[in-house]
Amino acid sequence: MALARPGRTPDRSESRAAMDDEYDVIVLGTGMKDTLLSGLMSVAGKKVLHMDRNSYYGGESASLNLNQMFEKYGNGEKPPAELGSSRDYNIDLIPKFMMASGKLVRMLLYSKTTHYLEFKQIDGSFVYNKGKVHKVPVTETEALASGLMGLWEKRRFRNFLIYVQEYDAANASTHKGRDLSRLSSADLIKDFGLQQETVDFIGHAIALNHNDEYLTKPAAELVKRCQLYSLSLAQYGKSPYIYPLYGLGELPQAFSRLSAVHGGVYMLNKKVDKIEYDESGRVCGVTSEGETAKCKMVIGDPSYFLADGKVKQVGQVIRMVCIMSHPVPNTNNSDSCQIIIPQSQVGRQNDIYITCLGASNSVAPAGKYIVIVSSTVETAEPVKELSPALKLLGKPDKIFALLNNVYVPANDFAKDGCFITSSFDASSHFESSVNDVLAVYEQIMSTLPPEERKLIDLDHLPAQE
Amino acid sequence: MAAAPATRVFQFKLVLLGDSAVGKSSLVLRFVRGQFFEYQESTIGAAFLTQTVALNDTTVKFEIWDTAGQERYHSLAPMYYRGAAAAIVVYDITNRDTFARAKNWVKELQRQGNPHIVIALAGNKADLASKRKVEPEEAEAYANESGIFFMETSAKSATNVNELFVEIARKLPKSTPSARPGGSNIVIQPQATMKKNGCCGG
Ligand SMILES: Nc1nc2c(ncn2[C@@H]2O[C@H](COP(=O)(O)OP(=O)(O)OP(=O)(O)O)[C@@H](O)[C@H]2O)c(=O)[nH]1
Ligand SMILES: [Mg+2]
Repeated sequence: MALARPGRTPDRSESRAAMDDEYDVIVLGTGMKDTLLSGLMSVAGKKVLHMDRNSYYGGESASLNLNQMFEKYGNGEKPPAELGSSRDYNIDLIPKFMMASGKLVRMLLYSKTTHYLEFKQIDGSFVYNKGKVHKVPVTETEALASGLMGLWEKRRFRNFLIYVQEYDAANASTHKGRDLSRLSSADLIKDFGLQQETVDFIGHAIALNHNDEYLTKPAAELVKRCQLYSLSLAQYGKSPYIYPLYGLGELPQAFSRLSAVHGGVYMLNKKVDKIEYDESGRVCGVTSEGETAKCKMVIGDPSYFLADGKVKQVGQVIRMVCIMSHPVPNTNNSDSCQIIIPQSQVGRQNDIYITCLGASNSVAPAGKYIVIVSSTVETAEPVKELSPALKLLGKPDKIFALLNNVYVPANDFAKDGCFITSSFDASSHFESSVNDVLAVYEQIMSTLPPEERKLIDLDHLPAQE
Repeated sequence: MAAAPATRVFQFKLVLLGDSAVGKSSLVLRFVRGQFFEYQESTIGAAFLTQTVALNDTTVKFEIWDTAGQERYHSLAPMYYRGAAAAIVVYDITNRDTFARAKNWVKELQRQGNPHIVIALAGNKADLASKRKVEPEEAEAYANESGIFFMETSAKSATNVNELFVEIARKLPKSTPSARPGGSNIVIQPQATMKKNGCCGG
């Protein structure tokens, strides 16, 4: 909950003055993507007004305390005393981890927001195979000891990994006669004679694809994803993932501070009545509580554009949030971990992910764990779809079921000046989320006069002080 | 590397709270840079500043966060005061309303903040004694009953500004933090720096 300037009833005159103004950009929703865009626009010198209908930061990607969780998803129940203090909880509505060498880390460096955040590495990464939970091997010794594959298969797997490690798009001698921009992932894997189980392992537990669409696509992407995994793993050692202390909700807070420090004006708990368009259909303002702030463009998450028909639904994600008094069984008592259940193991098209976090991540009181099971919905009974995962957990103290519609923009930003971020997908990390932000950022830049365009190059980061 | 420093260094996060225009940024600017501006702009531009205070046997390094205006419409993020070891709640001695609101900030911090937080109440603009609306005795009494400490300051004349930070530095607990469960925390470093650190030549 945001700390309000206490003792002050909402100052109407002050709020009116801010609403009376004209902005370059109005941002709607304080999700991770939208706050990042807000920060980038403020840094670029744009005058930004940022509103959110909720009284907390984070929108769809917030981390909620226990009271907020029960209020929103508890069906009228009150939090039982044995779960402990509400403020010790920071429960992510969208479970994801950060790849230690991934794009979000680069984005934090680029935007100079790293000093607002502290991270922990995730203790372990596991994969489900034939009804059992196995540690994803991270060292040669672990790989040799792992029960995941037989001896000969290990050797073939090793050959594949060596190829991937050495592959450098810019250096043809490492390609070994293969053109990965044309060769499909399936064909590359076939070249190494790998068994189906190993293919699943590579595609889902290492390349972190959440379905099998990658098999028919060029192998270059698969190799890139495998490299990202091993680069991230090499960073801190136990797993390729890091996670911010106090939950993912810290990310939008850091980005909004970035925006505010550069002049962005923030209003939480601000109902958006209507987005205003001129006669040509171009956005020209946002009306809230009877006052209209003018603007040249609007950035926002899909929930603010539903009424205007500017987004379309492309699917649903089911997330089951479990509060437990024990870590996930068969994970060596890891304080924090991920378990991937590859789709083929449970007869699905989409993987099921289990994430476990606890007191060491500052998201739960001592002795409690937040375990989130999630997947893309495939049937009319989404909760039932997750039962193979729920079986692995033991008995939770409390379960919340969250069903989210996934929306993507369906408007023409060049015509209406609305730049809409997509809902978060079911993937286990932030790579696609950052890609979405970069894509929207580029759309915005494409509509600005050339001298105002500023491009983001995450491969060449500016020097840090 | 040169000889090890003689004193132990402790780093603490310090936040400022208080009404608009009471002089939060001015106090920080006076303390960190020794500057004062008659026409200080409403806060924009500084993510956070650092400054050290040398005590007898220890050095305290403050990481000072200013509000960036997010509190203006009740939108201060919990991140702001999370993990803060100290807070300076500022009011303007020429404006009673700002004193009333300072008390509310103290209450809010004691309710939501870190339970061991050191809170300082600063009655700023002490140079404007002729326009005084809040007596120091009243603020002192309030501070005593709330278990916080009080000083009148002037960012303009520099009165009590260093003293305020030194007093906070003294009050902060100087124990080596016990190792957190689940391993140490990571602060993301730029890739190049990491390579440098790993190398033996430095
Ligand atoms: N006479 C006098 N003026 C001061 C003092 N401290 C600050 N001011 C003036 O008060 C005004 C506001 O000071 P700021 O430091 O910007 O106040 P702030 O609390 O940071 O304000 P916001 O950023 O808007 O929340 C400026 O014009 C300063 O020059 C002081 O000690 N004495
Ligand atoms: Mg200020």
